[in-house]
Amino acid sequence: MTRREFWQGNTACAEGALAAGCRFFGGYPITPSTEIAEHMAVKLPKLGGTFIQMEDEIAGIASIIGASWTGERSMTATSGPGFSLMMENIGYAVMTETPCVIVNVQRGGPSTGQPTMAAQGDMMQCRFGSHGDYSVIALSPASVLEMFSLTVSAFNLADKFRVPVFLMADEIVGHMRERIDVPEDVERTERKPLPKGVLPFHADPDGVPGFPEFGKGYGVHITGLTHDERGYPCATSPKVHAELVTRLSEKIESARDAIADYEVVNPSAETVFITYGAPARTVQQVLHDEDNEKIGHLRLKVVWPFPESALKKFGSAKRFIVPELNLGQIAREIERHVDQPVIRVPKIGGELHTPEELRHVLEAFR
Amino acid sequence: MSFSDWLRQDRLPHIYCVGCGNGTVINCTLSAVDEAGWKKEETVFVSGIGCSSRAPGYIVTDSLHTTHGRPIAFATGVKLAKPGLHIVVFTGDGDLAAIGGNHFIHACRRNIDLTVVCMNNQIYGMTGGQGSPTTPCGALSTTTPYGSKEPAFDLCDLAIAAGANYVSRWTSFHVMELTRAIKTGLGIPGLSFIEAMVQCPTNYGRRNKFKQAIDQLEYMKTHSMLKQKRERLLEEGKPIPDEMIVVGEFVRRNRPALGVVHEA
Repeated sequence: MTRREFWQGNTACAEGALAAGCRFFGGYPITPSTEIAEHMAVKLPKLGGTFIQMEDEIAGIASIIGASWTGERSMTATSGPGFSLMMENIGYAVMTETPCVIVNVQRGGPSTGQPTMAAQGDMMQCRFGSHGDYSVIALSPASVLEMFSLTVSAFNLADKFRVPVFLMADEIVGHMRERIDVPEDVERTERKPLPKGVLPFHADPDGVPGFPEFGKGYGVHITGLTHDERGYPCATSPKVHAELVTRLSEKIESARDAIADYEVVNPSAETVFITYGAPARTVQQVLHDEDNEKIGHLRLKVVWPFPESALKKFGSAKRFIVPELNLGQIAREIERHVDQPVIRVPKIGGELHTPEELRHVLEAFR
Repeated sequence: MSFSDWLRQDRLPHIYCVGCGNGTVINCTLSAVDEAGWKKEETVFVSGIGCSSRAPGYIVTDSLHTTHGRPIAFATGVKLAKPGLHIVVFTGDGDLAAIGGNHFIHACRRNIDLTVVCMNNQIYGMTGGQGSPTTPCGALSTTTPYGSKEPAFDLCDLAIAAGANYVSRWTSFHVMELTRAIKTGLGIPGLSFIEAMVQCPTNYGRRNKFKQAIDQLEYMKTHSMLKQKRERLLEEGKPIPDEMIVVGEFVRRNRPALGVVHEA
């Protein structure tokens, strides 16, 4: 069953969170993400949930991590400057294996940059922005419907892998309006609880330990310090640190293919566009206009962990063209995985590539 | 039941230096929690970074040892998501007054139902004795080698001005009074702030003419002045000796509080 809505992307994101069972939002106003907070402020109290506007983004993410330990699905939403402030606590969520969802409606940076214009300049920051070695999951919506559906996925992945999951949107998908058919029910993957008698940070074979929810009598100590399987600080043992940090990274990296989510168009193509997020829309227009099987499109809905096996779907590819709203962040990641030339089509300033601009790139390979 | 039932025995011995005052504050807090009749499975200790913030690791309940300066923000999330949980925040002067100052102000303004216990040793102990916002003017530290030139923060005045429902200050010498103050704070809806002045023989005392831990305790004993006495002296127009630590209960009020479970 579905119902038809005409929503803005940010509204769809908030509705996706509510449909996924998110009942805690802590955040701080920032353009162009604010509509998500505003929508949650209206809806959450009516659903018995909690909305709180914190004093800054550092406190916003701190509050959702705290809420997550009580078993609630929790979320914050921000944009570049707020995202930068969150970095330390993102590392804390990684180290403590706290499920939470962080929405970044990207705008032009660095610094205050272009508050009302779109960008994809934080793709590397979401992967590497906090200190130390770690791995996370990042999704990239290209439509209002995906602002809804990928937000639902973000909560499921966060609970399944006990990791912060990023919805890396941008000002364009955040503010555009589309008619969408919203599902009445969404699939929900629950956190697996910690079985009694098992140490709180003793991981199952998938690398993910059971979740010892606060208030249930587990008596668990959660720390951002390097900790052993009991959760106790153990910050000077090279072995404990190596094992913990390797596991935190591997539980995500080893599930790369299971987490992967992408769309393949014209797999026998010689020239293949690779996109994530809003630039996919221009490529879709170009493919629609050209109607040529020699031009393919790999649209990534999951950017991190990078789904390198998706590149193998294009067995005849002679080149990859990567339009992105930055100076070439994911293009470099693609270069690491393929032998074919990777043609970067960076664009900054806040506007999407035009179909004409992409057709101009294609001309060189006719 | 006593405070020792709340200690995580397999984590002992603790990391605190010989003569440190933090253990006294932990014992007072656990005694207060125990006397208040809180259940372990309904109690959460939250802390930031620093010597004080290691305390939750020695307590058997659920606990969250968070990032520097942010424990109150984390605790806000825990409390609002599950108002039925009782929450104590352990923090220190660096954690609370420097890097975490803004969170402290806003928690007092919100008057959220947390009990915040600050172990104020007037120094950054964990990192080896740098000056903090509560280092007294003139005191020596590794970053104030010629004496601190900044006035010290009065954390109780700050909490009162920002709106906390309960504010008191004692020292690690005043074990009974401190325990009673924390217990009072636990029972008051809204934000309760208890500042506990503690000796730090390793990183404060030895640089500031307290040769032994006991010397700084003795100083806190002889230099504490009850709030009421100070007010009386002021009324009588009599001089107040320098460097006095004003102790006692400063505020107990019933402003609307956030995160309180309302009985149906």
